[in-house]
Amino acid sequence: MSESVKNVLRVENATMQFGGVVAVDNLSLEVNQGEIVSLIGPNGAGKTTAFNVITGVYQPTNGCVWFDEKKIIENYPRGKMKKLYQGQNAGKYTETLSPSPDKITQLGMARTFQNIRLWKGQSVLDNVRIAMHCRRTSNLLTATFRLNAKEEEAQTKEALELLELLGLAHVKDELSTSLPYGQQRHLEIARALATHPKLLLLDEPAAGMNPQETDELTAFIGRIRQQFHLTVFLIEHHMDLVMDISDRIYVLDFGKLIAAGTPDVIQNDQKVIDAYLGVSEDA
Amino acid sequence: MKKQNNLKTLLVTLVTIAVFAVLSVGAEAVAGNVDGMSMLVPVLKKTAVYSLIAVSMNLLNGFTGLFSLGHAGFMLVGAYTYAILSIPVAKRAGVYQYYDGGVVQFSIPETFGNLMGESVGTVIGMLLTLVISGLIAAFLAWLIGLPVLRLKSDYLAIATLGFAEIIRTFIQYEGFAPLTNGSNTLRQYASFKSLYAYVIVAGLCIAVIVLIVNSTYGRAFKAIRDDEIAAEAMGINLAKHKMMSFIISSFFAGFGGGLMAMYMASVQAKSFTVSMTYEILLIVVIGGIGSITGSIIGTFLFVGCSEWWLRFLDESANNIGGLKLLAPGFRMVVFSIFVMIIVLFFRRGIMGTHELPDVFRFLRKKIKGKGAAK
Ligand SMILES: Nc1ncnc2c1ncn2[C@@H]1O[C@H](COP(=O)(O)OP(=O)(O)OP(=O)(O)O)[C@@H](O)[C@H]1O
Ligand SMILES: [Mg+2]
Repeated sequence: MSESVKNVLRVENATMQFGGVVAVDNLSLEVNQGEIVSLIGPNGAGKTTAFNVITGVYQPTNGCVWFDEKKIIENYPRGKMKKLYQGQNAGKYTETLSPSPDKITQLGMARTFQNIRLWKGQSVLDNVRIAMHCRRTSNLLTATFRLNAKEEEAQTKEALELLELLGLAHVKDELSTSLPYGQQRHLEIARALATHPKLLLLDEPAAGMNPQETDELTAFIGRIRQQFHLTVFLIEHHMDLVMDISDRIYVLDFGKLIAAGTPDVIQNDQKVIDAYLGVSEDA
Repeated sequence: MKKQNNLKTLLVTLVTIAVFAVLSVGAEAVAGNVDGMSMLVPVLKKTAVYSLIAVSMNLLNGFTGLFSLGHAGFMLVGAYTYAILSIPVAKRAGVYQYYDGGVVQFSIPETFGNLMGESVGTVIGMLLTLVISGLIAAFLAWLIGLPVLRLKSDYLAIATLGFAEIIRTFIQYEGFAPLTNGSNTLRQYASFKSLYAYVIVAGLCIAVIVLIVNSTYGRAFKAIRDDEIAAEAMGINLAKHKMMSFIISSFFAGFGGGLMAMYMASVQAKSFTVSMTYEILLIVVIGGIGSITGSIIGTFLFVGCSEWWLRFLDESANNIGGLKLLAPGFRMVVFSIFVMIIVLFFRRGIMGTHELPDVFRFLRKKIKGKGAAK
C-alpha cells in the first residue's frame, strides 16, 4: 500500500457474540480515504451487526475499531462473556472504550438503516434539520429565544439544498412516512449527509428499488463522494451496483471474512461463488 | 426574513396572551352580573393553572416520549416551596401553630413589598417565589433523573410514581414539620386575586414551552420520541436531552404547583396523590399527546365538566320520582362516559398531534380548494 493512502476506518479482530451466537467472528478490514468499499454476504452473515459494532450500537465482545487513525472502540471478553467467549484473540485486547453512537457520529461517521428509521411524525425537511442538531452552536437559552436565528436559517437553507440534491425538494413538507419506499431511502441518505460525515455507512441503500432506480442510486453515490469528499462503506445485495461502484469488496459468511479484493477478484473467487453468488443467481 | 418571522411570532404570542387577559377581565364582569355564571371565574382560574401543568407534562410525555408519572410530586414541591416562602411573617404563628411559627421567618413577597412598595413589590416577590418553586422542582428532577431516565417506558413510569409518593411522605414527616407544617395545611400566603394575573403568568410560561418545542431542542426531543435509535445515530445525546426535557417539564410543574397553591388558597400534601397525576395525564390524553393547544382545550373541558357543567347531577334536589339516581358523585359517572366516548372516537385525543393554528390553516385551504373547484 502506498504511503499517501490514509485509513479512515480500520476494524481489528472484531468479534460480536450474542449469547452463544457469534454474529461477527474476528473481522478485520480497512476503508481508505475516498474509497467506496462494499461489504457483501448472504442473509444473516453479520453485515448489519458489523455496522452496529462500528457505529457504537453494540459493544463488540472482543477487538477494536479505529476511525481517522484514532482508536475509538475497544473491548475484551469480560464477566459472563469470559467463559462463553468462542472467538479468537482472547487476551489480545485489555482496554474498554465504548462511546455511545452519538459521540461516534459527532466524530464524522454517519449511517443509514436497513429497516428504514425515519422520524415518523416529522416532515421531510425536519428529518434533515434534526440531523443538524448535533452541529449546533446554540444552547437551550439562545435556541428558545431564537437568538440563533442565523444558524437556523443557514441550516434550513442547507437542508433544502440537500433535499434538492436527492430529488426531494418538492415533498419537503410531507410527512416522512408518506413518501414511497425509494424516496424514504433517499431521505435517509440526506439525513446522514446533514451530519457532515467523513465516512458514510449505507446499509442496503438499494433494497426495494427497481433496476432503474438502482442505476440512478449508483451514479448518485459516486457523485456525492466527489462533492462531499466522502468515503463510503456500504452493504448491498444488488450485485450490479456493488460490482459497478466498489473500489474494493469484503465478503462475509457466517460472521467470518471469506474474501476481500477488487470486484474482478471477488467475482472469480470460488469461495464467494459457492457462498453467495451461487445463491443470488437463483434469486 | 427569518428575523421578521420571529418578530411576527413574538407579536402573535403577546397579542394572544393580551386578548386572553382582556377576555378574562370581561369574564369577571360577566360572572359578577349574570345569573348562573358564578363558577366561570374559578373554572377559568383552574383552567389557566392546570393548562400550564398539563402542557408541562405533555412536553415530557408527549413531545419527548418519556412516560413519567411523577408530576404530582413536582407540583407538590412547587406548591410547598411557594407556600412556605410567602406566608407573611405575622401570620406564621397561626399557620404553624403546633411548631412555634416554624423555622422560616421571612416572606419573599412581603420583603419585596416593603422594599419596592406594596403593590409592585409584592407581585415581583410572588413571581420570584414562583420561579424559586420551579427551580427547586427542577433541581429534584436533576437529582433523580440520572438513575431514573435510563429506565424504559413502564419502568420509568413506576420509578417516577414511586418518587412522587416518597416526596409526599417526606413532606408529611414530623421531623420536617417546622419547615413543612407536617400533615397540617399551609395557608394565608400571598396569592393573585384576579383571573387575568393567572392567565398572563400561565400564558407566558406556556409561550416559553411552545418556543422550546419549536426550537432545535424541541425537534431533537421529538426525534427521540419518534425513534430513539435513529436520534442517537444522528448525533443526539440521549441522556442529555432526556434530562433536559425532564428538568424543563419539572420546572414548569413546580411553577404550576406554586400557582395551584395560590388558586387553592391552602395546600396540604395529602391531596397531591397519584390520582392528581392521573387527572393531568387524562387531560393530556384527551387533548392529544403531543399537542399544546390540545392540552389547553382538554383542560378547559375537564375542569368545566368536573367543576361546573355537570354539578347539577350531584344535587339530590333534582331526583326523579324518589329515585336516588342523582346522588353525589354521579357526575363522575357521566364524566367517565364522556371520556370513554372521546377516547373511542378520537383515538389520538381531540387534537392528535396537531395544533389549533394547523387546523385553521387546513380548513382555510379546504374552503379555498372547494371554491376553486366550483
Ligand atoms: N441483537 C441481537 N441478538 C441476538 N442475535 C442477533 C442480534 N443481532 C443480530 N443477531 C444475529 O446475528 C446474525 C447476523 O445478523 P445480521 O443482521 O448482522 O445479518 P445481515 O448480514 O445484516 O443479514 P441481512 O442480509 O439479512 O441484512 C443473525 O443470525 C442474527 O440473528
Ligand atoms: Mg442486514
